[in-house]
Amino acid sequence: MDLASAKVIGAGLAAIGVGLSALGVGNVFGSFLESALRNPAAADGQQGRLFIGFAAAELLGLIAFVVAIIILFVAK
Amino acid sequence: MPAAAGERGVRTSVAAGGNIDPMHQFTVEPIVGLHAGGYDISFTNSALWMAIALLCFWGFMIGGMKRELVPGRWQMMVEGLTGFVTNMMRTNIGPEGRKFTPYVFSLFTFILICNFLGLFPIGIIRPLGVNAHSFAATSHFSITGVLAILSFSIVLIVGFGRHGFHFFSLFVPHGTPWYIALLVAPIEFVSFFVRPFSLGLRLFVAMTAGHILLDVFGSFIVTGLNAGPGYGLLVSLPSFLLIIGISALEILVAAIQAYVFALLTSLYLNDAINLH
Repeated sequence: MDLASAKVIGAGLAAIGVGLSALGVGNVFGSFLESALRNPAAADGQQGRLFIGFAAAELLGLIAFVVAIIILFVAK
Repeated sequence: MPAAAGERGVRTSVAAGGNIDPMHQFTVEPIVGLHAGGYDISFTNSALWMAIALLCFWGFMIGGMKRELVPGRWQMMVEGLTGFVTNMMRTNIGPEGRKFTPYVFSLFTFILICNFLGLFPIGIIRPLGVNAHSFAATSHFSITGVLAILSFSIVLIVGFGRHGFHFFSLFVPHGTPWYIALLVAPIEFVSFFVRPFSLGLRLFVAMTAGHILLDVFGSFIVTGLNAGPGYGLLVSLPSFLLIIGISALEILVAAIQAYVFALLTSLYLNDAINLH
């Protein structure tokens, strides 16, 4: 396999991480909503923690995206 | 005829041979070339859009800082925004967070305005030309990285200023047995020093990814229409509908990323002020 095809395949593999982080972000918001509907009065106080969890889960997907971009545009 | 000129202009933005070049929109181009002492200090499009963001910020604040007893609409907007940040600082840090509210507020609002300006479709304003596009200053690591280093430096200065060398107890959570502490301290150390990196990276990648997505679907519309009416119906129309949704999503992401940056800065400040 030549380098150009290997790079494109590698970038595609790196994109799997973005999809997996979508599961993580969905889980964060889903769990929040599930418990917020059980106790709506306490939901507003936890909004900060919701976004911390969102930021942590999202960061890993973004890093996977950076890896894909580095493979495609930076790596020689 | 403006339509023909428009088509030619759009075609040059979609690179030759039908290849899409989504990275072109991020090039920093000098507007006024300046060189001093071997350094390139040109006024670039990035600097221009940051200056525009600053002007918007000033205009927004000056228009609303009237101190009227019965606030008008504009004053309500400004007070809502300042109240939002003040509230965030109070819940995350406590009464001592009040001192840092101006910094976090400027950070939050500057990032928010930069993100929004980057989404502004100025290409539809004819006199500027079809290739004119707004520039998201926050889509460059050089900008977001500096903002993150600024936040991190304030955390370090405040931490060492208030607690001296006791600040290092941040790496060992209270009440940890020594054999666990040996394991936890290096992990905490790494997670502490990776903070400015992850803080800057998150904002820059989220904005870059959004703009690449918009550019790719925008190119789909143009190439589909150029290929003929069949392709136009099959490719361009769904892409157009999708791009409306993505634009709405990007406005949401612009606000969320500015909020997350300010929120994480306030959490790191909380670590420095109250330790664990």
